[in-house]
Amino acid sequence: MSVPYLEFKNIGKRFPGVVALQGISFACREGEVHALMGENGAGKSTLLKILSGNHAPSEGELALAGQSRQFAHTVDALKAGVAVIYQELHLVPDITVAENIYIGQLPHRFGVVDRPRLRADAGKQLAQLGLDIDPDTPLKQLSIGQWQMVEIAKALTRDAKVIAFDEPTSSLSAREIQQLFRVIRELKAQGRVILYVSHRMEEIFQLADQITVFKDGRYVCTFDDMQQVTHDQLVKAMVGRDVGDIYGYTPRPIGGPRLDVMALHAPGMKHAVSLSVRAGEIVGLFGLIGAGRSELMKAIFGGVKPYAGEVRVDGRPIAIRSPIHAIQAGIMLCPEDRKAEGIVPVHSVRDNINISARRNAVRAGCLINDTWEADNSQRKVRELNVKTPSDEQLIRNLSGGNQQKVILGRWLSEDMKVILLDEPTRGIDVGAKNEIYNVIYALANRGIAVLFVSSDLPEVLGLADRILVMREGAISGELSHDEATEETVLGLAMPREMVAA
Amino acid sequence: MNSTSTTPLPADFAASGNSTPRRKFGAAKIWDNYGMLMVFAALFVACSVFVPNFLTMINMRGLGLAVSLAGMVACGMLFCLASGDFDLSVASVVACAGVMAAVVINRTDSIALGIFAGLGVGLFFGFVNGFVIAKLQINALITTLASMQIARGVAYLISDGKAVGISQEDFFLLGNSAWLNIPVPVWITLICLCVFGFLLNRTLFGRNTLAIGGNEEAARLAGVNVVRTKIVIFTLTGLVAAFAGIVLASRMTSGQPMTSIGFELTVISACVLGGVSLKGGVGKISYVIAGVLILGTVENAMNLLNISPFTQYVVRGLILLAAVILDRYKQQAQLRQR
Ligand SMILES: Nc1ncnc2c1ncn2[C@@H]1O[C@H](COP(=O)(O)OP(=O)(O)OP(=O)(O)O)[C@@H](O)[C@H]1O
Ligand SMILES: [Mg+2]
Repeated sequence: MSVPYLEFKNIGKRFPGVVALQGISFACREGEVHALMGENGAGKSTLLKILSGNHAPSEGELALAGQSRQFAHTVDALKAGVAVIYQELHLVPDITVAENIYIGQLPHRFGVVDRPRLRADAGKQLAQLGLDIDPDTPLKQLSIGQWQMVEIAKALTRDAKVIAFDEPTSSLSAREIQQLFRVIRELKAQGRVILYVSHRMEEIFQLADQITVFKDGRYVCTFDDMQQVTHDQLVKAMVGRDVGDIYGYTPRPIGGPRLDVMALHAPGMKHAVSLSVRAGEIVGLFGLIGAGRSELMKAIFGGVKPYAGEVRVDGRPIAIRSPIHAIQAGIMLCPEDRKAEGIVPVHSVRDNINISARRNAVRAGCLINDTWEADNSQRKVRELNVKTPSDEQLIRNLSGGNQQKVILGRWLSEDMKVILLDEPTRGIDVGAKNEIYNVIYALANRGIAVLFVSSDLPEVLGLADRILVMREGAISGELSHDEATEETVLGLAMPREMVAA
Repeated sequence: MNSTSTTPLPADFAASGNSTPRRKFGAAKIWDNYGMLMVFAALFVACSVFVPNFLTMINMRGLGLAVSLAGMVACGMLFCLASGDFDLSVASVVACAGVMAAVVINRTDSIALGIFAGLGVGLFFGFVNGFVIAKLQINALITTLASMQIARGVAYLISDGKAVGISQEDFFLLGNSAWLNIPVPVWITLICLCVFGFLLNRTLFGRNTLAIGGNEEAARLAGVNVVRTKIVIFTLTGLVAAFAGIVLASRMTSGQPMTSIGFELTVISACVLGGVSLKGGVGKISYVIAGVLILGTVENAMNLLNISPFTQYVVRGLILLAAVILDRYKQQAQLRQR
């Protein structure tokens, strides 16, 4: 068995009002993939940020190959061979792939960039990763998955011995995930130390050699032998209780038509789409990434101006020129890209929860009602179990999953008829997923029509009363909860030429 | 269902999270709110001790009048900056509104009509700015750079390029009388600060302004009417700048087309110096008060010390530079905390 290369020794990290990490000690070995798991806010990202020199630990230390190290800056960490690949990628979209890979260390002669060498070197790196990308393409023309690969290539040019991934797969397509895994296995074979954070169990079981579990900032345990670990054991270690069937699906009475989308066509959509959701029904929209699901959701919500088509709520047509109209008609949307479209990062949890509903609580048509604001946000924080020291905390200091809960909480005090959820559990832990599913069931039980998009097939199968499958911008099929299996859904989702091949 | 009711959720849902409500750390909050005001207090004491004639009745009046103009205009600028934009046309609107008021008063012999005409200038330019920026989605730099030149040009055109003396002496009372020994323009500024502070803090419009500045797309998708809010912001900014211009014309007893050149930058620097973020989403009226007072005091002290106008330019530039570097530094400190 290989020797420990990277050691965390009694690491602690405090933020004002929050103990993010406390007494974390464990070691990672060369040539192994070490998974970090834990609920939202358990402190996984914080630990990676300490590893990358982004945060200084409040106590404890890191050791590389037995030598204790302190990184004051990301650059120090990179120099010591530690690269952390965050979920939000740190690349520059307007310059070429090659320049991104070598940013900060461009080959040059007398201060002039040596283009041919840059091209050649970058080409070599990309080829090593099995990527067929021209190093001269501007980065912005690539898919998110390819960005990730560019980020990995960048880490490799620094000859990083330790490479850490923070939820790398959350916006990748199935193909891209397989490619990423192949690369990770190769890195492992080269004897590198890999840290891997993800909430997706099946990935962990495919990839990891060891799993370390955190809970509330503390170390819980490390599973050394993957043969011995079961799914339920792992969940129990993370959540602290048995979760059982996280979907807990039971059929419920379904009413008449609530949401009717008729031949809706908007920018970003390849075809006009029609669908309908009944009162109390949960409909899952599945499709491979790029199938046009998010665009459809946004168009129903009036987030983009449609070219044509009609949206009806309870049979009444609504003007879908802007989100305000949709909200007034009772349609709510939790958008896909939390950071760009969901949160107002510099504002408190309270302001983020009240941003929309406060318009109904103001006095005299315009005066903020502080008591209501505090009450409402604290109630939502409690109901949704949002982990934050107080609702006055800036939302950007919350972990990703907790931000998602805040965005959901935003709509819970509206007069809601239809809720559109775009990847509602992206980056959310098992326990919290279960909580969010329960919210969704509670909403459906109240007669709200739920339309959700998810790339997580088990989730679609487990949650939806009815599944709509999208392929290349059009709805290719419809399956009931009982009919749907992985094969039938995937069969409808695959592009035709791939099926033929 | 009314707006305050909650979604019924499964019982185990409300199970206690570890979300013990806790107040924001006291000292940090006080510094955040009053830090720059304390800097001003220190500066004021220092000037009283070291600058001859600083702490005299006459000088205090002069200082009050000098900061009153910047204070009024900065109220509007605060909203622009808080929403993530800025307005370069305010100084030209000050001049144009003053000249317009003067010309109309002379033509019609009506003070009221003159004031309305002046305000109309602000309303017009403010609305056009807002419409072009919010509805047509043209960037604020270009839009307000254009309206800045247009407003200045109009001021020259209607005045023939010369100062327009005002015939109605009653009009001068607005800028030159005092109440409780404090000049009227200072009172007006105080009222503006209260009104705009209230708007930003206590109204839906103010919160929406901050939300737009914090993340425009998120605000839009949360149902904030971004276009309307922005139009109102720029219109208000134009209006308050025009009002400041009218008060200025009254003080100078004439409408002067070449007044306040470069004043927009003074106002923006005052806001930023006080702590209003250039990135939007963060701003308080107390920041504006502090920024305007600090900048005004420095300028006043330099005048008393007979520092040449050329040197004053350099000092003002340095202060602006220091302010934006401070802004940047604060943001990075916040980012590092992440
Ligand atoms: N800059 C900060 N200021 C204050 N608190 C913070 C800051 N960064 C993180 N925290 C808090 O530290 C805790 C750990 O957060 P972290 O982001 O590490 O969780 P995580 O395990 O990565 O969760 P997720 O799975 O949701 O990404 C959370 O309670 C979070 O609110
Ligand atoms: Mg995280």
